[in-house]
Amino acid sequence: MLEQDTGLSLAIAQIVQRLKGSSLHSQLERQARGSLHKPEIKLDSLKEDIKEFLKTSGWEKRLQNAVYSELNVFPSPCHPAAPPEHMKEPLVYMRKAQGSWEKRILKSLNSMCTELSIPLARKRPIGEQKELLNKWNEMGTDEPDLSLFRPVYAPKDFLEVLMNLRNPNYENGDQPSFRNHLGLIQVPLKVKDIPELRDYFSELGLNTGQLGIDDSTQVPPELFENEHVRVGQTVLTEQDSAAAQQYVRQGCPTALRAELWALILNISNQPEDILYYEQLKSNVIQHDLLVDSLIYKDVKLTASNDDYYFVFEDYLYQVLLCFSRDTSVLEHFSYSSATPPKSYIRGKLGLEEYAVFYPPNALSQLNSFIISVAPLCFLYHEPSKLYQIFREMYVRFFFRLHSISSHPSGIVSLCLLFETLLQTHLPQLFYHLREIGAQPLRISFKWMVRAFSGYLATDQLLLLWDRILGYNSLEILAVLAAAVFAFRAVNLMEVTSLAAAEAVLADLSTLKVMPLLQIFLFATVT
Amino acid sequence: SASPAPEPCWMEPPAPSLGHGAGFPMAPDPALCTVRSPVALQVGDVKTDLARPGVAVIDVALPPTQPLDLQEIVFKNSYTAFLTVRVQRRRPCDVGREGARKWVTCLWNHCLMPSPHTEAGSQDYFSVFRHQMLCDVDQVTAVRLILRQPSPVWLHFTLEELRLYPRGQQSLQTGFPSWLSNLAPQQQPENLHGGVPDPEKVSTEVQQLWVLTEMIRANQTAARIGRFDVDGCYDINLLSYT
Repeated sequence: MLEQDTGLSLAIAQIVQRLKGSSLHSQLERQARGSLHKPEIKLDSLKEDIKEFLKTSGWEKRLQNAVYSELNVFPSPCHPAAPPEHMKEPLVYMRKAQGSWEKRILKSLNSMCTELSIPLARKRPIGEQKELLNKWNEMGTDEPDLSLFRPVYAPKDFLEVLMNLRNPNYENGDQPSFRNHLGLIQVPLKVKDIPELRDYFSELGLNTGQLGIDDSTQVPPELFENEHVRVGQTVLTEQDSAAAQQYVRQGCPTALRAELWALILNISNQPEDILYYEQLKSNVIQHDLLVDSLIYKDVKLTASNDDYYFVFEDYLYQVLLCFSRDTSVLEHFSYSSATPPKSYIRGKLGLEEYAVFYPPNALSQLNSFIISVAPLCFLYHEPSKLYQIFREMYVRFFFRLHSISSHPSGIVSLCLLFETLLQTHLPQLFYHLREIGAQPLRISFKWMVRAFSGYLATDQLLLLWDRILGYNSLEILAVLAAAVFAFRAVNLMEVTSLAAAEAVLADLSTLKVMPLLQIFLFATVT
Repeated sequence: SASPAPEPCWMEPPAPSLGHGAGFPMAPDPALCTVRSPVALQVGDVKTDLARPGVAVIDVALPPTQPLDLQEIVFKNSYTAFLTVRVQRRRPCDVGREGARKWVTCLWNHCLMPSPHTEAGSQDYFSVFRHQMLCDVDQVTAVRLILRQPSPVWLHFTLEELRLYPRGQQSLQTGFPSWLSNLAPQQQPENLHGGVPDPEKVSTEVQQLWVLTEMIRANQTAARIGRFDVDGCYDINLLSYT
């Protein structure tokens, strides 16, 4: 552990280094240089005057937002003796498990490539490039033959891997004892209990106004809603990321949500961002990747069949195809437990200068989170902005749902948190479900791994994602999963098989998220 | 005849975190010492007793002719929950005396794992500095680390990669942890109506800034180019398993 001061200086130095060379940095320099012409800038107090100018013109606020964004995304600096893989994931056995999981996926991709005799990547001939460019906005109308492609893995395969995670230094005896967890997850990670969750999610308490509860038709808007909207507008005028993040903990008004999320994620859609997106689009046009077919197949299977999301099918292709070419996503591997898959240019096997990542953003496991793009389409219509929001959401949150790590927002911790909450607060239900062979995690896993997208009604889903952004954590997914079980406990106590339990929990589209969370956290008798 | 390899225009994965190998100021030469393997303290027969002892001792012997002015102890934890450190020091009054030197506790029950039944902190790297210690740690001749792990769920617990760092390295770089960590006196809130700022404060701030600029200079910027191919070519083999 670093000493507090050393840690602070190190964090400052790291953030400065990351922001150096960014477009914000050059903009600030340009602004500072331009300000030299202004009469209020005097030579003898140059530094102070420029700082004052940057403050009044709003540039300091933008820098603050950028710093805040860096603090949210990157973990605090490690001890200097720690190797880089320690920052990705401190526990050795988790790193190993992630490594074997990745190898499995690579083998699957490679074998698909050899079986179907389709190259991993192929440069498109000019005619095909032109055709794709013309069809760019309606790729959904294409009906390519995808029958030979199979998804690289299914969510239940991933759950099997998580169930088999064991710490070799832990007493995993055969005899049931207090050391064995009763659920599916057997690793002893620290998860919050209800008192800690109440403290952590204090803004969701019974005495605080919430959108999703206190804006319902029976409640007069003067009591909460009007004031909340007014505060939201002020936050947007001030352009303060940290304030926005605090604000959305009580929910976003629908009209302000798109801008508030963009403010929290520090997305401004500058001209260079639009250019970057166009560059990615041209990369898609030029090269055809094997994973593209997997993306097509997945979108067809999931979003196209969904009553709410099918309208966005074309958007999904655009965003996801570009996403798989985006090398800036490689940055998140420094704090993710995953490692990007590598390949070599044909004929240059083993030569490091010819090593590239495949796909360019090194994410071959795109399925089952594709559906997490779709809700964003309700908020953002401009492709490059939609793209940036999705990318930022992925590198901040969603990547943790697809890799094995000990992070509190990682899927392993979420599963354990869910099981622990259920076991502690609904022990009879937990025991009953376990006895009939319906381990609760088998049902809730698919909800959490997709962040509930495709299961909740869209307005409810967006209220839930407001809180993910507000608390910068995915733990609320596990709490909601437990709250759903608590809500349907009476019916679940009567079922006698896994299939029947699945049926009780099949349809979540009528659920109201915020009352469930509030009752579970603050009104359950413990 | 092959043409020379083109410059790759695709970026390496992000550089290791700042502070790792990039000239981060930690004394590069740990003191020479012999670290013995941990000995469990157990009542009863070690071989047949099933209960976990929960306490282990690691003895570190230093060369008798070179007592150490201890600056920092660095180690990687391996499921130890609490650490106590005791030292033996050579004192001027000891010269000529043959009797056993006194053991003094310099760190008492330092918590490494806040929740001993769970993983938090179990494999992290730690530093303990001289200013955190309860007594003076100059002229140390032996160090004893007492490890405690009250939870019975773990099969083994120990410390790894143990290193002791001596005091008084010359370059400012390596002196970084020491004076920076001495930087935090009980800070008075800034007196905004005051006149001349406190020279102590100014000099420490200047020193801090100097170290920061040194660190930044030592690292390249991570500006991305954004190309994923090598010279327009992305014709790749199968994926490699490394």
